[in-house]
Amino acid sequence: MKHRIVAAALALGLAFPAMASAQDKILNVSYDISRELFQQINPAFAKAWKEQTGRDVSVDQSHAGSSKQARAILEGLPADVVTFNQVTDIDVLANGGLVDKTWREAFPNNASPYYSLPSFLVRKGNPKAIKDWDDLVRADVKVIFPNPKTSGNARYTYLAAYAYALEKYGHDDAKAQDFVKKLFANVPVFETGGRAATTTFAEKDIGDVLVTFEAETGGISALYADKGFERVTPSISVLAEFPVAVVSENAKKAKSEEVSKAYLNFLYAPEGQRILARNYYRVNDPAVKAEFADRFPEVKLVTVEDEFGGWDKLNKTHFAEGGILDKLFANQ
Amino acid sequence: MSSLANIDAGASARPVRHKRVLPGFGLTMGVTLSYVCVIVLLPVIALVLKGAEIGPERFWAIVTAPRTFAALRLTLSAAAMATVFNALYGLLMAWVLVRCEFPGKRIVDALMDIPFALPTAVAGLALSALFAGNGWYGAILEPMGIKVVYTIWGVALAMSFTSIPFVVRTVQPVLEDLDPQYEQAAATLGASSFTIFRKVVFPAILPAFMTGVTLSFARSLGEFGAVVFIAGNLPMQTEIASLLAVIRLEEYDYNGASAIALVLLAIALVLLGVSNLLQARALRYKGATA
Amino acid sequence: MSTTGTSAPGALAPRPRRGVERALIGLALVLTAGFVLVPLLYIFARAFGAGWGAFAHNVLDPGTLHAIGLTALVAVIVVPVNMAFGIAAAWAIARFRFPGRKALLTLIEIPFSISPIIAGICYLLLYGRNGLVGPWLMALDLKVLFALPGIVLVTLFVTAPFVMREVLPLMQAQGSEQEEAAVTLGASGWQIFRRVTLPNIRWALLYGAVLCGARAVGEFGAVSVVSGMIRGQTMTLPLQIELLFNDLNIVGAFAAAAVLTLLALVVLVLKAAMEARRR
Repeated sequence: MKHRIVAAALALGLAFPAMASAQDKILNVSYDISRELFQQINPAFAKAWKEQTGRDVSVDQSHAGSSKQARAILEGLPADVVTFNQVTDIDVLANGGLVDKTWREAFPNNASPYYSLPSFLVRKGNPKAIKDWDDLVRADVKVIFPNPKTSGNARYTYLAAYAYALEKYGHDDAKAQDFVKKLFANVPVFETGGRAATTTFAEKDIGDVLVTFEAETGGISALYADKGFERVTPSISVLAEFPVAVVSENAKKAKSEEVSKAYLNFLYAPEGQRILARNYYRVNDPAVKAEFADRFPEVKLVTVEDEFGGWDKLNKTHFAEGGILDKLFANQ
Repeated sequence: MSSLANIDAGASARPVRHKRVLPGFGLTMGVTLSYVCVIVLLPVIALVLKGAEIGPERFWAIVTAPRTFAALRLTLSAAAMATVFNALYGLLMAWVLVRCEFPGKRIVDALMDIPFALPTAVAGLALSALFAGNGWYGAILEPMGIKVVYTIWGVALAMSFTSIPFVVRTVQPVLEDLDPQYEQAAATLGASSFTIFRKVVFPAILPAFMTGVTLSFARSLGEFGAVVFIAGNLPMQTEIASLLAVIRLEEYDYNGASAIALVLLAIALVLLGVSNLLQARALRYKGATA
Repeated sequence: MSTTGTSAPGALAPRPRRGVERALIGLALVLTAGFVLVPLLYIFARAFGAGWGAFAHNVLDPGTLHAIGLTALVAVIVVPVNMAFGIAAAWAIARFRFPGRKALLTLIEIPFSISPIIAGICYLLLYGRNGLVGPWLMALDLKVLFALPGIVLVTLFVTAPFVMREVLPLMQAQGSEQEEAAVTLGASGWQIFRRVTLPNIRWALLYGAVLCGARAVGEFGAVSVVSGMIRGQTMTLPLQIELLFNDLNIVGAFAAAAVLTLLALVVLVLKAAMEARRR
C-alpha cells in the first residue's frame, strides 16, 4: 500500500516537472481576476507558438492581488512574465532590478495591450437604484471591493471615486477625500484580492454593489446568469491600463526570453485581442473593437496622467506610507 | 493529544540515570540539535533579528497603531470566547464520555478528534458555508438577527472548532483515573451534587483542565486557516492579528509584519511556559495521590 | 452553557439522578452533532450534491490531481524525516541527562504553540531574496521559497514535535532496564534499537507518524506564505481548496475538501486502532 502511494506521489509530483522541462515553459504571474482570461489565452498561444516555431510551450499561472504578486516575485517567485493591472507594481520590480527600467517602451501602447475601468455590478432588478458613484456613499448601500493596500483593482476604484468627487465638487481635494472616506465606510469586508471580493458578493450574498473591473462584471454576470446580476457603468471612471513586462532577470536565467516576448506580443495580435474582448476587456485593435462594440458602453474615462499628474506623483501623494490613502483607509 | 500532559510526567517520576551506559548519545544529540537549529531556531532567529532592526520606537509605534491594536484585541477576545466555550463543552464531553454509557459512545469519542485530523482550511470552508446567509445554519440564524459570518462570533466559532480536542483529551484520562468511590462516599455523607463536584472532582481535574484550557487558548490565538474563510477582512473589526501580519507582508511592509509576528511569538512563548508550569503542577498532584 | 458547571455533578450521584445524566448526555450529543458532525456531512453534501460525475470530474481535474500528488509527496518526505528526528530526540532526552534538557524540550515544542503564519513569515525572512541566507541561495541558484523545498521545510517546522511528543513519554515510562541489559549482553547500538527499543515504541511511533502525516497534509497557513500559488506546481490540496473557491468553482472546492475529509476519517480509524494496541 505504502509503495503504491509513494509511487503515485512520485509519478505526480516529480514526473510533471520532469516532463515539462523537455519543452518551452514560462510562468505568467498575474492579478487576481485574470484566471478565466489566461485559461483561454494560454492554449491559443501554445497553438500559435507551435505553428510558428514547431516547439511546445506550457504556460503556468499564478493569480493573486497584483501588489502581493510583485512582492512574491521580489522574494524569488520565478516569474518569466508579469501581466499586472497597475504600472506601480511593475515599477517595483524595475526598482528591484528584475525588470528593465525601460519596460514601458518594450511593447506597444506603453506596454499595455488592453485596458478596463472600475465599474459596478448590482443585484437583480437593481433594488437600490444604483446609477453612479454618489449612490455608493448613501447610508443604505453596502459596497464590496477589495483592499486598496493589496489590490490594484481596488486602487483604481479609489481613484475613480476620487476623480468623480473632484469633478463634482469643483476639484476641492478636501471634499473629494471626504467622499472617498464615506465610500470606505460603506464597505463591510475588504478582501485582499479582486476575486475574493467577487466571491463575497456573488456567493455569500453580501453587499448591494460590487465595484471591480468592467471585465469582471461582464464575466460574472454571464457566469451567474441565474442570479440576474446587472452591470451598471458609472458616468465617469478611470482608465485602468493592464501593463505587461518580461521579468528579464528570471527569463535570462531560465533562457525563456524569446518565448516570453512572443507570449506578450500574442496579447496584441488580433487573436489575442479577440479573446480579451470576449472576456470584456477593452482593446485597441480597430477591427476587434468594432466587432464587440455593443459590449462596451460609452463612458468618460480620465487617466492617471491627466487627473493625478502621473504615477510618480500619485504614488507620492496617495499611495506611499502615510499618504492620503492611508489616512482615509486607516481612520475608519 | 492526551500524551501532552505526560511528557514531563515520566521525566520527574522516573529520574534519568546519570551513568551513560547506553550508546548513541553523540549521534542522537547531534541529530536533534542540528535539526532543531536548522528547522526551528534559525527561522525564529531570522524573525527576531528583523524585529531588532526595526528599533524600539518604530516597533512600539507599529504595535500600538489603532489597527494593530484592534487586531490583537480581536484575536485575544475571540480566543477567550472560544476557550470559554471549549472549557465548558470539553468538560461536559470528558465527563459524559468517561462516566456515562450510551449507544454510539465510541463514535462520539472518535468525533472529538475530528478537528485535529481535518485540515483547518476544510473546516473553515465548511463552517463559513454553513453559517453564511444562504447556508443551513445561516438561513435559520440570520432571520433571527444573529450574524455569525464576518463577525467576531465567526472568528470565535472557527477558533473553537479547531481547538475542541484540547480540554476533552487532557481531562478525560484524569477523570478515568479518578475513583468514583470518593464521589459516592461524599454523596452518602449527604453532600449535594454541586458540593461533590466542587470539592471532590474539580480539584482533582483542575491542573489537567487548566492545561487543556491553556493549550486551547494558545491554539486559538494561532489559528489561521479556518478563521480566514469565515472572518472577512474588515480592518478594526474582524481582522485577526496573524491575518494582519500577512496583509502587511503583502503591502511590502516587512517591519509591520515582523513586529506583529514577534508580538504573537512572545504571547505563544509565555503560554508555552504557563502550560509547562501547569503540567509540572499536575504531576505533583498526581504524585501526591498515587 | 452555564448549566454545565452546576448540573454536571448530578451525573455522579447515585442512580435516582438518571434524569440529569440523560439531560447531560442529550446536551453533549446535540452540541457534538451540531458542531462537529453536521460540518462533516455538509462537506459531503456539497461535494456530491451535483452528483458523482461532477465530483469525479472535479477530483480528476489536472490541477486538483497535481495538488493531491504534491500533498502526498510532501507528506512522504516530511513524515519519515520527523519520525527519525522524533526517535533521536526522544532517545537523547529520555535516556541521558544533560544541561539544557528542559530548554531543548521547550524549543522542540515551539512550532506547536506558534501560529503557522508566523512560521511562514520566519521562513520568508530567512530564505527570501532580502533574507538572512536568501541572497546566498540566489547566488547558488537554489530555489527554496515558492518551490517544493520551501513547502517541505515549513511543513517540517510545523510538524516537528508530533512524533517526539508521542514517543518520549513512552520511553520515559518504560525506563531503560531492557536496553541496559542488552548492552551488558554485548549488543551494538543498532541491534539494541532494532531488537529492543523499536518493538517497545512502535505503536507510539506509528501513532505519532499518523498525527504528523495528518497535519502535514492539512497545513494551510504556513504553506500559503511560502507557496507562491503557481497552478499545477506549488498548490497543495488545502491551498487548492481556496483557489477553487476563488475560481468560483464551489463544487470543485468541496470535492477537494471531501478528499481531505475522507483522509481525516481514515486517520481517525487508524488512530482508534492504534490506541487499542497501545493499551
